[in-house]
Amino acid sequence: MSDLFDYTVRLGDDALIAAQRTAEWIAAAPQLEEDVALGNIGLDQLGQARSLLQYAGSLDGRTEDDLAYFREEREFRNLQLCELPNGDFAHAMARLLYFATYQHLLYEELRTCADETLAGVAGKAVKEVAYHVDHATQWVLRLGDGTEESHRRMQAALEALWPYTGEMFESDELIGRLAVAVDPAPLRAEWERRVLAVIDESTCSRPEASYQHTGGRSGRHTEHLGYLLAELQHVARSHPGATW
Amino acid sequence: MLTRMDSFQATIDADGRIEPRDAMPEGYRKTLIRQIAQHAHSEIIGMQPEGNWISRAPSLRRKAILMAKVQDEAGHGLYLYAAAETLGVDRAELLDLLHAGRQKYSSIFNYPTLTWADIGAIGWLVDGAAIVNQVPLCRCSYGPYARAMVRVCKEESFHQRQGFEILHTLCNGTPGQKAMAQDALDRWWWPSLMMFGPPDAASTHSEQSMAWGIKRHSNDELRQRFVDMTVPQADILGLRVPDDGLVYDDATGHYTFTEPDYAELYEVVKGNGPCNEKRLAHRVKAHEDGAWVREAAAAYAAKRQEAVA
Ligand SMILES: [Fe+2]
Ligand SMILES: [Fe+2]
Repeated sequence: MSDLFDYTVRLGDDALIAAQRTAEWIAAAPQLEEDVALGNIGLDQLGQARSLLQYAGSLDGRTEDDLAYFREEREFRNLQLCELPNGDFAHAMARLLYFATYQHLLYEELRTCADETLAGVAGKAVKEVAYHVDHATQWVLRLGDGTEESHRRMQAALEALWPYTGEMFESDELIGRLAVAVDPAPLRAEWERRVLAVIDESTCSRPEASYQHTGGRSGRHTEHLGYLLAELQHVARSHPGATW
Repeated sequence: MLTRMDSFQATIDADGRIEPRDAMPEGYRKTLIRQIAQHAHSEIIGMQPEGNWISRAPSLRRKAILMAKVQDEAGHGLYLYAAAETLGVDRAELLDLLHAGRQKYSSIFNYPTLTWADIGAIGWLVDGAAIVNQVPLCRCSYGPYARAMVRVCKEESFHQRQGFEILHTLCNGTPGQKAMAQDALDRWWWPSLMMFGPPDAASTHSEQSMAWGIKRHSNDELRQRFVDMTVPQADILGLRVPDDGLVYDDATGHYTFTEPDYAELYEVVKGNGPCNEKRLAHRVKAHEDGAWVREAAAAYAAKRQEAVA
């Protein structure tokens, strides 16, 4: 399999697994407006996943559904941050702030890369994730500077997910070899600047972590991914060869 | 001299629109609040049986279509609560009544979605029946409700086509897929017929609603229209409608069909359907789990207000 395939699958898997988690909020959100907003965000993420997995699949004769439904857990390359269970609404907004800010910086660079398809996907997605960042920012501010309870929950969520953010900025040999790939390591400083500015304004304190989890990019996941995939894949796998 | 109530009656008689600031009889206002609230509640409770399959949709394309559909239903809930609010109630109040079991939602959503084919059947039959019920509401005498319905109906007809297309694909697929489609029709046919309410002879609210221009056709007329529209579509799919009494009557141009078991409808309305408890409990939990979020948003907004003042 080519480096371009592997790289595209990383980004596609991030978006797919994020979409699966975001969709769990539909019909369970704190208010109806938020069911609609999270529906929009989930649809954006799923749209990005589809474009990326279609492209990856086209490189080796598979479809988006082959890749989404018929790969094993160890073949998925998404960040662990994306697969963690939802938790409360503060966790949802902390994750969205961390992840969408990362995606925004990444797509901004990717849209000028030499691969036309990746550049095209990134050019469309960058506008979508800018809205996701804005949505998450508004909620982190409201929850951080809302009531005592919301402040406590927001703080807890920011801290719980912080140890899963380091993985976003890992460089590796694949990134080094593939010219069109965006090296995420140099994005970290700007990511921290943006995210910490929101956290400061929200009156929450900056999370600290002595340890960062890793493994998603090489297919070593948390125990949660297996269950997520079992649910995502089971109908398709129960009817091999069927079209839907 | 004309009183304000005379002008209400004159508007109704001329088939015009009543707007929020116009005078209206208290009974008219109450009937509309009850009906619009019940409709809004149905939209948001209806998100659950379909939302049940988002995580398991068998292709990414179907997943995207289903997510967009369920999201549309949330949007319909929003327009309808906004229409109800023009009558002097607020959404929070109506949700409390729903959660306390004091306002109803459509009984169809108290049936479970057991297979992927149910997502097709709901789009085709349930959105299909909703369209038959709602198209006449686009001409309802109350302006905000009628206008909300125009938007809603446009989207429901997309949903209906998407549902049909899901079943069409299954019916042209493997034997297992086709069996899944038939099973879904077998289970959803009768509850769909019940969506038009009790037979005319037993319908309690109909007559006054007709006089007020809220309702335009009787339950039985709409049910007939639905059967006439749906049976030929079942033929196209190659599915069998589970009614041995179904025959096309050349003389009238209508299908004759077996009435559903209304005793079942009354049981489900009373709360004894397969999913009544689950649907309401899910809704109440989402609302209660979200209370701290709504409180935080209100507290934050109040702080900003203070800062500006
Ligand atoms: Fe709807
Ligand atoms: Fe619908």
